[in-house]
Amino acid sequence: MKDGGKRWLVPAAVAVLLVPLAKIAWDGARDGLGANPIEAVQNRLGFWAITLLALSLVPTPAAELLRVRWPQRLRRVLGVTAFAYALLHFGFYVGVDKFFDWPTISQDLTKRPFLMVGFAALLCLTSLAVTSTDGWVRRLGYPRWKRLHRLAYLAAALAVVHFAWRVKADLRRPLLFAAAFALLLAARVPGWLRRGAGRVGSR
Amino acid sequence: MARWKPDLKEGAVTPESIHLRRREFLRLGAAGALGAALAGLPDAALAGGDDPSGEALPVSRRVEMAGGEKPTPWKSVTTYNNFYEFGTDKADPAQRVGTFRSRPWSLAIEGEVKRPQLLALEDLIKLAPLEERIYRHRCVEAWSMVVPWLGFPLAELVKRVEPTSRARFLVFQTLLDPAQMPGQKNRVIEWPYTEGLRMDEAMNPLTMLVVGLYGRVLPGQNGAPIRVVIPWKYGFKGPKSIVRIRFVEEQPRTSWALLAPTEYGFYGNVNPSLDHPRWSQAKERRIGEFLRRDTLPFNGYAAQVAGLYAGLDPRKLY
Repeated sequence: MKDGGKRWLVPAAVAVLLVPLAKIAWDGARDGLGANPIEAVQNRLGFWAITLLALSLVPTPAAELLRVRWPQRLRRVLGVTAFAYALLHFGFYVGVDKFFDWPTISQDLTKRPFLMVGFAALLCLTSLAVTSTDGWVRRLGYPRWKRLHRLAYLAAALAVVHFAWRVKADLRRPLLFAAAFALLLAARVPGWLRRGAGRVGSR
Repeated sequence: MARWKPDLKEGAVTPESIHLRRREFLRLGAAGALGAALAGLPDAALAGGDDPSGEALPVSRRVEMAGGEKPTPWKSVTTYNNFYEFGTDKADPAQRVGTFRSRPWSLAIEGEVKRPQLLALEDLIKLAPLEERIYRHRCVEAWSMVVPWLGFPLAELVKRVEPTSRARFLVFQTLLDPAQMPGQKNRVIEWPYTEGLRMDEAMNPLTMLVVGLYGRVLPGQNGAPIRVVIPWKYGFKGPKSIVRIRFVEEQPRTSWALLAPTEYGFYGNVNPSLDHPRWSQAKERRIGEFLRRDTLPFNGYAAQVAGLYAGLDPRKLY
């Protein structure tokens, strides 16, 4: 995976994926985040976390269905950045929005489903980010690693529910993400069926 | 139905408004918004400016009722709005209010009253002296502001239309016109926006019929030309751009309560010890401040209004 040119692909992706963060900092510095900047930053970090999570699920079906292989080299960087934005989203909630108000935070994370599912999504992404290295693939063995990394779809579902519970009435954007994730999951089915059939045959 | 529409006293009004328009015209011309000024768009032209703008209204007296706290800046009050008629993002109302016309306007008074009527805005404004009241404003989403509203007690209007003995509730209806209010093209909530008050809540001297903000005509994104402000209730209880007030016998079904009955009830009283099912109401972020502050029971107006709810289970007053 590491050979075959386009060595610039991953560094370029990192640079591009940091643009939303830079934009937040830039808008913040020039008072461009509106009347409630804390809420604006919080929403934007969450939006990019879920967006990059969706993008990280594109390379595999793209390779399986369309035979386009270069995006697979971006899968790891997309997933890890999605985790980074999710972590910033959570860190911002703890350190800025609630300003380390631990009693409230612990209540939120134990009693409020809206925040519990968000936190659960972050835990999924954490386990995926930690095991995203080549070393962990070896240690777990590829089949087990692959099974673990299907947690990405669980994280996606949790993130959509978190987003939907965040809004008061307008569900259009959460539903758009739900549709995108459903499509990405459906796009994996032909591959699973093919390999599943193959496995049965070889046994 | 007896309807009356007293004559416009144009002679008394026009010179001042023309004078003020001319000043705005010059200011806007300099800012490059000449077209908007020429078209005379009171609801859109000045959205998002740093300083209070728009036609000035006469202020008979000023009452400070927010514990001496500084009002939230004009720019924040006019660019951070929950007014789903123009879209569900906070920035939508200020950006999309250009299609909205708050004049001419009339308010229909119907139902259990002895004097049902169609009241022109010009006459409504003259029902009582306009006073400025600085109130705390607490949104159900746990943010808050301090706002200098301009208007008069709703009770002044209610007394004038003489409710019958059967009138126990008031129902307020916002304008329904998707051409002017583009957010109404999406049915995120049941249109027209409907809110209600119990008669004694409406008659409480704190309940205010608002026509202005910061001494100026109320901007479109803030609910022009007429809204109701009930400072001890969450913001969603305050109807905006009202076209109809109906006096009824039964407790009305209100928009948010219809959409999510477990989250938004009929009362909507600010209550720090009664959480929204999805988030805590114990604290709030005052717009412009970093740290959250404690939310006050009845938004700090318990002394004036707690008596209205004596004997009722406070856990049912959401």
